[in-house]
Amino acid sequence: MIIKSLDKEKMMKNPEKISEMDRREFLKIGLVITGVFAGGSIVSVASAAEKIFPNGSIAEKYPYRPHYCMVIRVDRCIGCRRCVEGCVAANAVPSYGWRTLVLEREARQAIGQKREFIPVLCNQCNNPPCVRACPVTATYKDPQNGIVMMDNKKCIGCKICLAACPYDARYYNEERGAVDKCDFCFETRLSRGEKSTACQAACPADVRVFGDLSDPRSRVYRLVHQLQKPVWVLKKDTDAKPNIFYTKG
Amino acid sequence: MGCPENSSWTGCLKDAGRRVFSGGPVYLFFLGLFAALLVAGVAAGIHSVYIVGSRHAYGTTREIPLAMLIATYTFFVITSTGLCLVSSIGHIFGVERFMPIAKRAVLLSVITIMSGFLVIGLELENPLRLAVYLFCSPNFTSNIWWMGVLYAFEVVLLILEFIFLLLDKHKASVAAGLLGILFGIAAISNLGGVFAMLNGREFWYGPYLPIFFIASALLMGCAAVIFFTVLACRVHREGLDGRMAESLAAIGKLAGLMLAVIMFFTIWRMVALAVGGTHELLVRDALVSGPFAFNFWALEVGLGMILPFALILWSAGKRIGPIFLASALVIFSSFFVRLDMVVAGQIVPLYWELGVREYSKLHAYSPTWHEILVVLAGVGLTGAAFLLGEKVFQGFREVEDAGSHFAEVLEDAAQEPPSAEKGKVDGSP
Repeated sequence: MIIKSLDKEKMMKNPEKISEMDRREFLKIGLVITGVFAGGSIVSVASAAEKIFPNGSIAEKYPYRPHYCMVIRVDRCIGCRRCVEGCVAANAVPSYGWRTLVLEREARQAIGQKREFIPVLCNQCNNPPCVRACPVTATYKDPQNGIVMMDNKKCIGCKICLAACPYDARYYNEERGAVDKCDFCFETRLSRGEKSTACQAACPADVRVFGDLSDPRSRVYRLVHQLQKPVWVLKKDTDAKPNIFYTKG
Repeated sequence: MGCPENSSWTGCLKDAGRRVFSGGPVYLFFLGLFAALLVAGVAAGIHSVYIVGSRHAYGTTREIPLAMLIATYTFFVITSTGLCLVSSIGHIFGVERFMPIAKRAVLLSVITIMSGFLVIGLELENPLRLAVYLFCSPNFTSNIWWMGVLYAFEVVLLILEFIFLLLDKHKASVAAGLLGILFGIAAISNLGGVFAMLNGREFWYGPYLPIFFIASALLMGCAAVIFFTVLACRVHREGLDGRMAESLAAIGKLAGLMLAVIMFFTIWRMVALAVGGTHELLVRDALVSGPFAFNFWALEVGLGMILPFALILWSAGKRIGPIFLASALVIFSSFFVRLDMVVAGQIVPLYWELGVREYSKLHAYSPTWHEILVVLAGVGLTGAAFLLGEKVFQGFREVEDAGSHFAEVLEDAAQEPPSAEKGKVDGSP
């Protein structure tokens, strides 16, 4: 029903003049996809896929082009934290802050492997609570690629975005005079023609897979659009519709 | 007493200055003390934000970014809205017993909201950008944006209401006051919404806080009116006259009612938390038996609810002494109510449910001296402005009293005499 309500031709011909309503409809569809796979439930994936895939062009499924996302294959992570170092080096992250972390979970009762590492970063949510909360649009969802960006000169330092973010992905950067966060290395790499993020490039175990979720040829597309392995997101209940997916294998 | 030989601004100001300096040693001591707190707090805030950096000077962290200064801001603006609401009961809605407190309540409403703005101004990292981008780059989905704009309007309306009250322009003051109430309630519920619409924070999320803030505002308004009116009598070294005593007794009864409402809010809040999710249970435990237990049981429940309620009952709605004490306790306690509400909403790590090593303990917050000094700057501004206001406006006596010369000057200014004739008007006795 959502897809039918869109004027597809109009939007594809003139993507920069998409009306607010059309954009919202796009967004809803993107959210459906994200939300469904986020659940990690094979049943829900199948049922939603039946609704979405037969109808759709890429634009109908995802609101951004490219629709950047990251798939994290947690069981491959060895906890070396080179991704964190790569991020710090690429983005001049100060010692008191972080854009990405590798969390460590210990399960002493587990058989075999007793430790697990969970990389976390900004989830570049489709429905970002930080963007809604910011009073001066200093943080915003990039209309082209969906990355949650910062406009440093506008940041008033109220830090409500820190409180709003369900992923603890923000901190106040004294040197920038603004809140800082992961931008998928847009400023330091993607905007300069590179295709990967610093954390992905630094990872020796190919844990982090970065790419365009709207491109069926991309690795992230294939990792997310499959039924064999569960795919999940963190803190799904907040309904932020994150774009960081977790899987194994 | 009264203006000197003419009614010019300078004459009135000189006269007001004389009244201030002849206020006696105790008055001047407290005026100096509050002024010193204001200066020290502003200096501490500037030092924190612009010299050493708030990361070093304030106790806030990435995990608990909103803390004592935000709590203080909410404390002041909730009080301001409450004062606006309580003042309106008399001079807008015509309840006779609430009329004597109207002028003082409106002035205090302006003072407390300015104190709130002062504290938030020393909390924000880049307050000057706010002045620019609040208008140049608004985000209409942001509660903070709405709150900022609505409070800005409310300040203007409160000042207009106060001027019209001084001029005894009843219709204009009612219009300004009515608009002030609307903007005030919208602003305060948006302040609640700042917290209540963060669905990643389970303790805050939901419609509870905006409604609770409005109820709290009424309680705080009552308490502040009683507290400052009794203090004003001390300032003027006079007893409460019969009409004012009746008014305070009536406000005391309303305070008792609002205390009961707040107690029910709190009871049901805690009951609801008991059946909430993991985050809510952790917060409830922290409040009931954890690091916030003293604040919750002793300062919030004991000093802020049970004791003041008992005092109001004991006063039988007549004796001002217990009502004054109850008001002082409510004001003192409500600071900790705000502080606990703000901080407790952030103590549970956002990745708690992952069971990871890095987020296996509740976050902790301790205020720094810089933060405490900034809080005292707000207290200093309120205290100093109250004391000055009492002398400048001479206890808000009726028109025929000497204290209304400011009203006369305002009235003259409102008539806008031609400049050529101004000398004549100013020179008239």
